[in-house]
Amino acid sequence: MESNLITEDKQKNKLEKVFEILKTMASRPSGLIGLSIVLFHIVLALISPYIAPYDYKAISPNTMLLAPSAEHWFGTDSLGRDVFTRTILGGRTALTVTFFGSLIALLWGGLLGIFCGLVGGKIDDVVMRVVDAFLSIPWILAMLLIVSLLGTSTEVLIPALGFFYGKGIVRVARAATHDVIAKDFIVSARARGHSNMSIIWNEIIPNVRDAILVEGAMRWSWMLLGFSSLSFLGFGVSPPTPDWGLMISNARGLMSFAYWSVIAPIVGLSSLIIGINLTADAFAKALGIDRSTKAPV
Amino acid sequence: MSEIIESVKNLSIGFNSQKGKQISILRNVSTNIKKGETVGIVGESGSGKSTLALAMMGYIKQGLFPLKGECLFKSEDLLKMSSRQLEKIRGRKIAMIPQNAGQALTPNLKIGYQIDEALKLHTDLNKRERDKKISELLNKVRLPSPETMAFRYPHELSGGQQQRVAVAMALAGKPDLLLLDEPTTGLDVTTQAHVLELLRFIAKDTGTSMIYVSHDLGAIAQVSDRIVVMYAGEIVLEGPARKILKEPIHPYTYGLLKSIPKLSLAGLPASMPGSQPQPGSINEGCSFYDRCNLATDNCKKNSPDLEHIKELDTNVRCFNYKELINQNNNLQTSITKKSNNSEANEVLKLKDVSISYAKQKFFDQLLNKISDQNPTVKDINIDIKKGETIALVGESGSGKSTILKSIAGLLKTKDGQIKFENDRILSSDLKMRNPNDLRAIQLIFQNPDESLNPNHTVEQILSQPLKLYFNLSGEELKKNIIDLLKKVRLGEFYMSRYPRQLSGGEKQRVAVARAFAAKPDIILCDEVTSALDVSVQAAVLNLLQQLKEDLGTTYVFVSHDLAVVRAISDRVAVLYQGRLCEIGPSQNVYKFPSHPYTEVLLGAVLEPDPDIKPKLVAEDIVEEKPPEKGCSFQGRCPRKIGDICNSKVPPWQIGENGNAIRCHINIEELASLQQ
Ligand SMILES: Nc1ncnc2c1ncn2[C@@H]1O[C@H](COP(=O)(O)OP(=O)(O)O)[C@@H](O)[C@H]1O
Ligand code: SF4
Ligand code: SF4
Ligand SMILES: [Mg+2]
Repeated sequence: MESNLITEDKQKNKLEKVFEILKTMASRPSGLIGLSIVLFHIVLALISPYIAPYDYKAISPNTMLLAPSAEHWFGTDSLGRDVFTRTILGGRTALTVTFFGSLIALLWGGLLGIFCGLVGGKIDDVVMRVVDAFLSIPWILAMLLIVSLLGTSTEVLIPALGFFYGKGIVRVARAATHDVIAKDFIVSARARGHSNMSIIWNEIIPNVRDAILVEGAMRWSWMLLGFSSLSFLGFGVSPPTPDWGLMISNARGLMSFAYWSVIAPIVGLSSLIIGINLTADAFAKALGIDRSTKAPV
Repeated sequence: MSEIIESVKNLSIGFNSQKGKQISILRNVSTNIKKGETVGIVGESGSGKSTLALAMMGYIKQGLFPLKGECLFKSEDLLKMSSRQLEKIRGRKIAMIPQNAGQALTPNLKIGYQIDEALKLHTDLNKRERDKKISELLNKVRLPSPETMAFRYPHELSGGQQQRVAVAMALAGKPDLLLLDEPTTGLDVTTQAHVLELLRFIAKDTGTSMIYVSHDLGAIAQVSDRIVVMYAGEIVLEGPARKILKEPIHPYTYGLLKSIPKLSLAGLPASMPGSQPQPGSINEGCSFYDRCNLATDNCKKNSPDLEHIKELDTNVRCFNYKELINQNNNLQTSITKKSNNSEANEVLKLKDVSISYAKQKFFDQLLNKISDQNPTVKDINIDIKKGETIALVGESGSGKSTILKSIAGLLKTKDGQIKFENDRILSSDLKMRNPNDLRAIQLIFQNPDESLNPNHTVEQILSQPLKLYFNLSGEELKKNIIDLLKKVRLGEFYMSRYPRQLSGGEKQRVAVARAFAAKPDIILCDEVTSALDVSVQAAVLNLLQQLKEDLGTTYVFVSHDLAVVRAISDRVAVLYQGRLCEIGPSQNVYKFPSHPYTEVLLGAVLEPDPDIKPKLVAEDIVEEKPPEKGCSFQGRCPRKIGDICNSKVPPWQIGENGNAIRCHINIEELASLQQ
């Protein structure tokens, strides 16, 4: 009801709009917490190479499995590497891979989805069948295949993850486009004689952008979990790259007597996933997108 | 005096704003419902009528909460009851019929089963008794062939039939009170009249009290014994239906009644300025102050109380109501409009136009033609003169929008030609039309929520046609936008608003401005006032008329509402199932002889007058497809004369009133039949 009230009189430029959305997101406790966690991780990832106290790959038999202390805040792992150093650098790896992965997912998923929504008919049918077929393959199997063929460098992982997590975005983008093109304002623009490009750019994109971005944000947290699972299984980034999934995998046998080496990456991973999830939720709410299924009549 | 079954006392309902302020959307409402009485609650969207009706069954919408007051049902407060207690009352004692019955019925369960469930829940009858009851109920709501109806699924029924099923289900528990929230809104005119007639019958037959909520005074007038008028969350007028409709003594009700177009009146209805205030924006004084032409300084500072006037048996919330007593003659006036001179040239000709939605078969695709023997729209011949307003009327599905779309080039025609200015044929493909022809024909849609891009400001919306057709930019563009806004009576400051920040009427003004931005010769209006409140509708109609008189624009005006059509148009074309039935000057379409379908439509018009009852001459069946041959109206025609109607397309005949009518009945005979 209140959203109908006239609240703003001045036209806002883009930057002000972004700021306004952030403000709305932060106005809810869950949004504020989510944003703070994500911000914390991003800042940490950016500065981690400069603040890391040790070399992440320096193996030292003298310092194996040390408990947390003043020198090694989070202790050391079975190869004597500093867990704190590896944890903060691991966040950097996770964020880099999944951020660019999500970007790729958004790009191809969004574009293909909008395309399908626009053309409709046979082409749309065929493309969506193919996408559905891909959706039904267990993605982890497919990833294993790719990784075993092409290796585990980030140059392979990022596009591969981007590809698999883009499928869901295709569906959302297609559905949103489908809804929008039936609206009278599109009919009106067509009747006026605007070019197709102008209609896509001015009328359609602004109306599907929000839904796609929200879906992208949601996919980001999924991708993070997926990426870490891959590493955990040994098909993600290869050692000695500092990575949470790898760290958890290496240390899981030591749980009972060197729990410190596994707690830090677990906390890092789960807090980032929760943070991104809360942020995505707040983002959706701030944009007025209802992610729940249909409201009861 | 009969027993009071529900009594609302000083009820206020509100919500907390994001800034933590308490905002009330229902303020101090008190009213009583007596046994066997039908009370109509009328108000524009946002006036709080549904909130009140829901509270009367103990239901408060999520996000809202009662601030004070009570709803006493048989002297128990519904708002204080637990959900267990309410469950016992809802359905059994108080039943509700929602606006969209189609959505309220479970799609995958048979009608009979759903009624049976309601009976199991609300009565103690055994299986045999229930089965008997089901057919009794289906009979009572006058569904065709009630025996087989029980075995059908909701989607196999038309909207009107679904609404009847909803009534049957509501009656299953023999409720004392029946709540109806806009039960006929969205139904076709004839169906609406039938459902209202049924409700009136049921009220009399069963003695159930009813609360009938609607924005439509025409519908309210047909069923109500008493009327409650709501405005901005308050009751502003309450009294016996006849008094309220014939001698309204509140300025809002008075204005509302004047703004409804009436069949008996040529010319445009008077409009009320402004729009209803948003909840929370009224601080002091009368909530109607901004729009009231009787307002005085007193009204600005003090808010009037609901005052009981004994002689009139009426409650009114106005300081100056006395000025309206004995003003009722003025209700029957309207604004005369300049009629179009008939000498003008034709700007648009539809010649033998047929339109089909059938999918092209492979072979036809190769030959680029459509082979549909029974197209949705067929053989439309209309010549439209420059500067005239021609209306296309018919129930939903009669092909009105389809015709507009193909004029605009959005739909290919199957056969026939659309000729523009000097008999130049317009391509039926948008892409083949030249830009100047595209500019010359503009469209305005029914629902501005859908036709304005929610992500664009008013400035962006209006600049689109200006940039596209006239290449304007910078200061000149801005100046033109401000001019346009002024034309539709909106201020410059609207430029930076988004559609969601505008009221329904303001949005439609922006849509009108966008159409006029192209400096068009012809504007196609598709139900442009149907989504608006009555008081706003009158304003938009007047605006359209004014713009036309100033600029000489031609309108093709599509509407299902004959009274609106009468008010705005110079000529009327009546359509049934995509075929023309009658065409002629609008003042004549309302005089006999009429085509039997026009007669049915005229009979179903709901006037806000308890003395004018609809004349229901045809069944409210919905036909899926036009008949293959013969007269398009054969399936429902109350005057059908025999086989000839089924086999031969009727000829055009010109009546003595100058109307062309397409019927096998000789026109003089038709005239005498209709006397
Ligand atoms: N896109 C469509 N595809 C198939 N049939 C349609 C489509 N749009 C409308 N129709 C059908 O064409 C007929 C006329 O519809 P329409 O022109 O919208 O009528 P009106 O505007 O008078 O309500 C109806 O039977 C409707 O079901
Ligand atoms: S109290 Fe005054 S402003 Fe309100 S309706 Fe009456 S005359 Fe108009
Ligand atoms: S031709 Fe026959 S069916 Fe058609 S309107 Fe006339 S009487 Fe009715
Ligand atoms: Mg229509």
